[in-house]
Amino acid sequence: MKNSLVTRALTLSIACAFASSVQADELRLLTWGGYAPQNVIDMFEKETGHVVKVTNSNNEDMISKLRATGGAGFDLAQPSQDRITSAQQAFNIYQAIDMSRINSDLIIPSMLKSTNENTAIGSDIFAVPHIWGTSGLVVNRKLAADVKDYTDLCNAAYEGKVSYRLKRPTLIGFAFAMGEDPFAAYGDTEKYQAILDKVEQALIACKPNVKTYWSGGDALINLVRSEEVVAAMAWDAGGWKLNRDNADVTFVAPASGALGWIDTFAIPRKSKSLDAAYAWINFVNQPKVAALITEAAGNFTAALGADEFVNDVAKAQYQESFSTQDLENIKWYPPVPAGLEDLEGMALDRIKAAQ
Amino acid sequence: MRRLGIGFYLLLCPFALWLLLLIILPHLNMLEVSLNLRSYTTPKSYTFQNYLNFFEQPLYWNTFVRTAWMSILATLLTLLIAFPMAYYIAKLAKGRSKTLLLMACILPFWLSELVRTYGWMIILRESGLLSGLLRYFGIIENNIEFLYNDASIMLGLVYTAMLFMIVPLVSALESLDDSHIEAGYDLGGSHWNVLREIVIPHAMPGIVSGCIIVFMLSLGNYLTPNLIGGKDSLWFTEQIFTQFITRFNWEQGSAFGILLLLLSSLIVYLGLLLSGQTLSKTMGK
Repeated sequence: MKNSLVTRALTLSIACAFASSVQADELRLLTWGGYAPQNVIDMFEKETGHVVKVTNSNNEDMISKLRATGGAGFDLAQPSQDRITSAQQAFNIYQAIDMSRINSDLIIPSMLKSTNENTAIGSDIFAVPHIWGTSGLVVNRKLAADVKDYTDLCNAAYEGKVSYRLKRPTLIGFAFAMGEDPFAAYGDTEKYQAILDKVEQALIACKPNVKTYWSGGDALINLVRSEEVVAAMAWDAGGWKLNRDNADVTFVAPASGALGWIDTFAIPRKSKSLDAAYAWINFVNQPKVAALITEAAGNFTAALGADEFVNDVAKAQYQESFSTQDLENIKWYPPVPAGLEDLEGMALDRIKAAQ
Repeated sequence: MRRLGIGFYLLLCPFALWLLLLIILPHLNMLEVSLNLRSYTTPKSYTFQNYLNFFEQPLYWNTFVRTAWMSILATLLTLLIAFPMAYYIAKLAKGRSKTLLLMACILPFWLSELVRTYGWMIILRESGLLSGLLRYFGIIENNIEFLYNDASIMLGLVYTAMLFMIVPLVSALESLDDSHIEAGYDLGGSHWNVLREIVIPHAMPGIVSGCIIVFMLSLGNYLTPNLIGGKDSLWFTEQIFTQFITRFNWEQGSAFGILLLLLSSLIVYLGLLLSGQTLSKTMGK
């Protein structure tokens, strides 16, 4: 791709057209919905003078966007920690973080350490943690009280009444619920394929239960709110959002363990305003600002001491969903080896195609 | 021959740029990417593997056949529904009512396709309008899910494509002189004779161009099958999207894109052969 004449010609002509319109102190943030609420942006712009431009995205879309430009077009991105090293090795889209410019005192040490380790290539560190959360089950306790684990979604009683995404977390979640340990098999392609085959069979058999495979968070919330769907695999924040409207619905940590993710800050290779990027990272990790982000995004942050400033509703929901045991049982995503997603992709395609 | 002035070339410029930058160059680039071997470790090399995958994996081949078949069906259904409407608008409606009818066809297209699709989802979903209405009249007892099946995909496709069938049909039928139809009846022809011997042959270029547009629109549709079709949608464009966006497999996605282009062109070509029309005759009108 890099050498293609056509691409170069196109890039050149587009670059010429837009070169004059980019300001030096503009922070182009590639992030998730809710991670950069307007009140935080206003505070940041007032304090630093930088202007923030937000683009909402998701993991795959972030990698695709940055891959298309070789890491240009954005100054700061927020991919999940397990999706960084493989994308970096394959497409070279990020630059190493200068840890001396990060105010590490503001970040929970254990989380900072594990994220740094998981996103390191050689001695270069590519990300610092920002927001963490889990995916598990969103259950309507009045209509589907006995759904305790992913595999319970396939109970014949819920035919046409459950929903999940057709993406990798579903494969991983079902694998754990079926007694496998997919994370341990990450390095062993053959073993991983065997697990995938097993999960594929289960998910094909489960198809009559699925109303539809949801793709956007809003679509899922609609399905659960209208009670068309009684149990789903989803993010904790989605469950808590629904809980505020309907007390019967909430997030349940599955018996086999919720899947834990950490969304990070990573700097694209051709970031144009590093100053603004580092300023934003240090700004949002202040406890009070982090609490504002928690209220907008629904998930907790890696900022030290931010919990104190979070409202009581969010705290109560969190404690109801996670017992101490549930918290210890969270399965944190290890970095995905490059190439593994091709195997998963084929399995997902076959599940979708099965009648 | 008259020489073309500089004005002509200046006016041609935007079109030529559009053609070159947005159609020809990206397609050439896509062709090149589709021939690359996907690998993170070895240097760039060329292969036909991405094309072979399409034929070797029954999954992809089946998806394409299903997409093409459903698009053909949608085209025929659209033609069946649109023809009487177009005939009424072109031949029977006069003056104001004609304009009103045409407007009624065009009006929904002032909204984006996404909004129209969501409209259908509100009507068809389990807790939606249609289900509620049937329950209100006591026809059914429990809510029924109308969404997420092949019939609802078909409905969405036909609805989306209707306008693009009606417009060419109306313009083709309008050029048919009424006296030809009258002559047909005067010579003792039945309704069926007149339709078959006079109206349809005259409207054939309109029918074929409408069919080509509707077929291509259905085949290339992404939103309708994806949103309305739900768990069983499986549309070929969706495969291309998935390869590009969620799998980062541009090589495979490009190969699928090129294959879609070639195979759909082939289907259109066969359609032209069958109907005895030529592209210049149908599109040039």
